[in-house]
This record gives sequence, C-alpha cells and structure tokens, in this order.
Amino acid sequence: MAIKERMSGNEAVAYAMKQINPDVMPAFPITPSTELPQFVANYIANGEMDTEFIPVESEHSSMSAAIGAEAAGARTMTATSSCGLALMWEVLYVAASNRLPIAMAVVNRALSGPININAEHSDSMGARDSGWLQIYAENNQEAYDNFLQAYRIAEHKNVKLPIMICQDGFITSHAVENIELIEDELVKPFVGEYNPEHYLLNPEEKMSVGPYAVSNYCMEAKKAQAVAMENAKEVILDVAKEFEQISGRKYGFFEEYRLDDADYAIVAIGSACGTIKDAVDELREQGMKVGLLKVRVFRPFPGEEMAEALRHVKSIAIMDRCEGYNANGGPLGAELTAALYRAKCNAEVINLVYGLSGRDLRVQDAKAIYEDLADIAANGLKDSHYRYIGLRE
Amino acid sequence: MSLKAENINETTRWQDLTEGLQIHEPATSKNFETGEWRTNTPVFHEDLCKQCLLCVPYCPDSCITVKNGKRGDFDLKHCKGCAICVAACPFNAITMKEGK
Repeated sequence: MAIKERMSGNEAVAYAMKQINPDVMPAFPITPSTELPQFVANYIANGEMDTEFIPVESEHSSMSAAIGAEAAGARTMTATSSCGLALMWEVLYVAASNRLPIAMAVVNRALSGPININAEHSDSMGARDSGWLQIYAENNQEAYDNFLQAYRIAEHKNVKLPIMICQDGFITSHAVENIELIEDELVKPFVGEYNPEHYLLNPEEKMSVGPYAVSNYCMEAKKAQAVAMENAKEVILDVAKEFEQISGRKYGFFEEYRLDDADYAIVAIGSACGTIKDAVDELREQGMKVGLLKVRVFRPFPGEEMAEALRHVKSIAIMDRCEGYNANGGPLGAELTAALYRAKCNAEVINLVYGLSGRDLRVQDAKAIYEDLADIAANGLKDSHYRYIGLRE
Repeated sequence: MSLKAENINETTRWQDLTEGLQIHEPATSKNFETGEWRTNTPVFHEDLCKQCLLCVPYCPDSCITVKNGKRGDFDLKHCKGCAICVAACPFNAITMKEGK
C-alpha cells in the first residue's frame, strides 16, 4: 500500500533523496532549491540518512565536488536553480563528457535579468546542450517519481550520463499537494546499489579521468557520448515500465492528454500542463476537440515520437516558458518544429512564450490559445508564429 | 570493446575507445612520444661528464636514465628539447644541436 501524504515538490524530492540515500551530496543553497540540501541536512542530522554532505562555497564548487565524488565511485547528487545552474555551466560539460551519472534536482527559476526568483525554464534550457539528460515534472508526484527513476537511467551501462530532474520553482517546489509515496522496501531494491565498473578509489585498478584529447580523438569521444544520449531513450522507457510495477503510475517520453482524436493541440512542459488540462476538459465539454502533449523527457529529445503523436492534428501551439532571444522562438518551439518538418507534418505551428519569471498561465489563457488554434486551422496564420501570451500590450 | 592504451592510435574507431576517454591502466604516458615536439636536441658528451647526476632531477620529462649510478644517453622518444639540462650541467657535457 502506498503512503498517502501531502508535501511540497521540494519535500517530495528530498524524501526520494532520503530513500535512495546516495553516498555524497555537495550543495550550495539558492532559491527556490534551498530547501533540498536543507531537508537532506536534517535527515542526516536525525540519523535517517548517511550521505556525506559537503557544504561548498559556490555552485561551481558543488558540481566540481560532485564530479570528483562520482569519479571516485560514489553515487552523488546535488540540487540547484537559476544562477546556481549558470555558475555550474563549465563543469556541467565535464560531468557529461566524463560519463559520470550524477543526479541533480533542478528547481526551475528565471535567470537574470531583471533579477527574479520565480518559475521559468531559462536555467535548464540554457544547459540543454550540455550532455545531461533532462526530465521535467508537472507536479510534486512526478518530481518524486522522476527522481526515484533518475539513477536507474543515468547509471545504466548503455547510458552513463548525468541527469537533471526538473520541477517548476515555487509553483511545484513550494506548493503543498497530495502525494503517494512508495515504501522503502520497494524503493530500495528498485533503485539498487551503485557498482561502477571503473572508479578512482578502486585499489585493484589504476585509472585516469578526463585526460586531454587532441583533435584526432575528440570527435570519437563526442560521438560515443551522443550515442549514449540516443541509448537513453530505450532505457528511460524500460525503467518507466519497471517503475509502474512498484507505483502503478505510467510514464513515457511525454503524456498525451485527450490527444488521440484532437484537432488542436498544445505542447508544453511543467506545471502549466495542469492548468491546460483544465482548459482541455472545459472545451471538450463544449464539443471542441482539443488535446495536450505534455513533454516529460526533453533530453534525449523524442522528436520523432512527438511528431507521430501529433500527426493527425490541424494546428499546434508549442509553449516555451523561456525566451530564446534568437528572433525565431523558444527552444521547445525550435526543436519540435524541426521534428515536425522532418515528419512531413502539415499542421500550422505557432510558438508561444508564456509564464516568464513566474507569470501565471490561467485556464482562460489556455482556452484562448485553443480558440486561436481553431481559427488558424480554418483561416490560416495571420499573426506572427512567435508571440507572447499574458503580456500587456 | 575498448583497447589497451598502447593499441590506441589515430586510426582507432570511436567504438573501441573508452567512455570519456578514461584510462584504466597506469604509466600510459610512456606510450605518448612527446619527443616529436622537439625542435632542438641535446647531445651528451660522455668524455666531459663527471657523473654528478645534477642533470637528472632537473629534467622535467625524466628523459635522463640512470643505471648503476651512472647516466646514459637521452630518451629522445620523450625529450622535448627544453635545454634545462644544458643549464644544469657544470661541466659543459651537454650541448644543443639544431633539429631533431
């Protein structure tokens, strides 16, 4: 029997961290992820965890320490947000290219400026090409479930890549909702122990990590890393199937909400999907065929699978909680539009920027988007394909 | 399948390299012939050498090998030609010549 609780997103992920009880956690506090190291430190002080907690002086140091610990052979985690993730920038690539399966809880928050502490995806989207796996959550339950699956995916022998488990700052991280926790007796065997094949503290084997590579070797190393990212697709689905057996909850690359027979679809990431589902339900009651594709896995990018799921729709709004500053659109908009083109999709596609720096997306906003999509499908695209929602103008 | 360091070269396929180019064996720098970088080469004049061995610890690349308390010729596979040994020798027993 699952344990019924009520928790914030941060509490939920911290609880998953406690259940996994990794070897090392170097961390530096930053809003809104500060509670994660705080909860873990409490668990350790109370004797409920025996993770080695390393208080460091910056996020560059927390990621560097995580790299050292993981290379040494320790299962390692950390947490961050916004500017903290930005400060890790250089070393994120070092973690990925050295094939170190660190798990990091990212609580998504806007990057400056203007300086702001609220939900936005600009932080993790900025790191989308750093070689990390990225999984996003709609609510506290998904953040918890995703973190429990994190090490199984990252440490798999065909993957060996670090992983970000993302949730929306404050909206998910601080709002308290109902949650079903899984018993320790089920979680521990599911996650398993970490037994790396090669590690620095192995007295039986001498090892060097991160050697300099001249031009004659770098491309080969990068190809191997790219293939590991491709391999992660199968692993993510396999782990999700196994997770379903202990939780009863189904996960894939994305969730299709009333999308099967939809004419108009929104594609979005994160907490806004809960709001969009309400809009879908209301419009369905009025007979409008609308649906939602909620992206869970952004890295690896399941472009082909998403295009297949959207094959039958007439018009699509791809939503980015992140500005691209490229005069062309947001990151999800750019990548999914490219995937739709390759799949020879004929739907009209627009890219909407919404919810920047914590601005709410309301049910009526989502309904207005669907009405706009119906108009575009009937009369063609008159306005720009790249615009803002919820902006005063 | 990943290969031993000595069997890896510039024709090795990506599938045969280790993940992250990790090295799982010791002392592999011996396989890397840094002597190729050299533009000037030290010449050892054995007749002038008093076997004081001052040059040995000065060599940054451990290219002066010592056997039974005596130095021999340079390990030119790894010597980069920095000429520090020339400056360290009190007896002018090492000089530099142009080229490899």
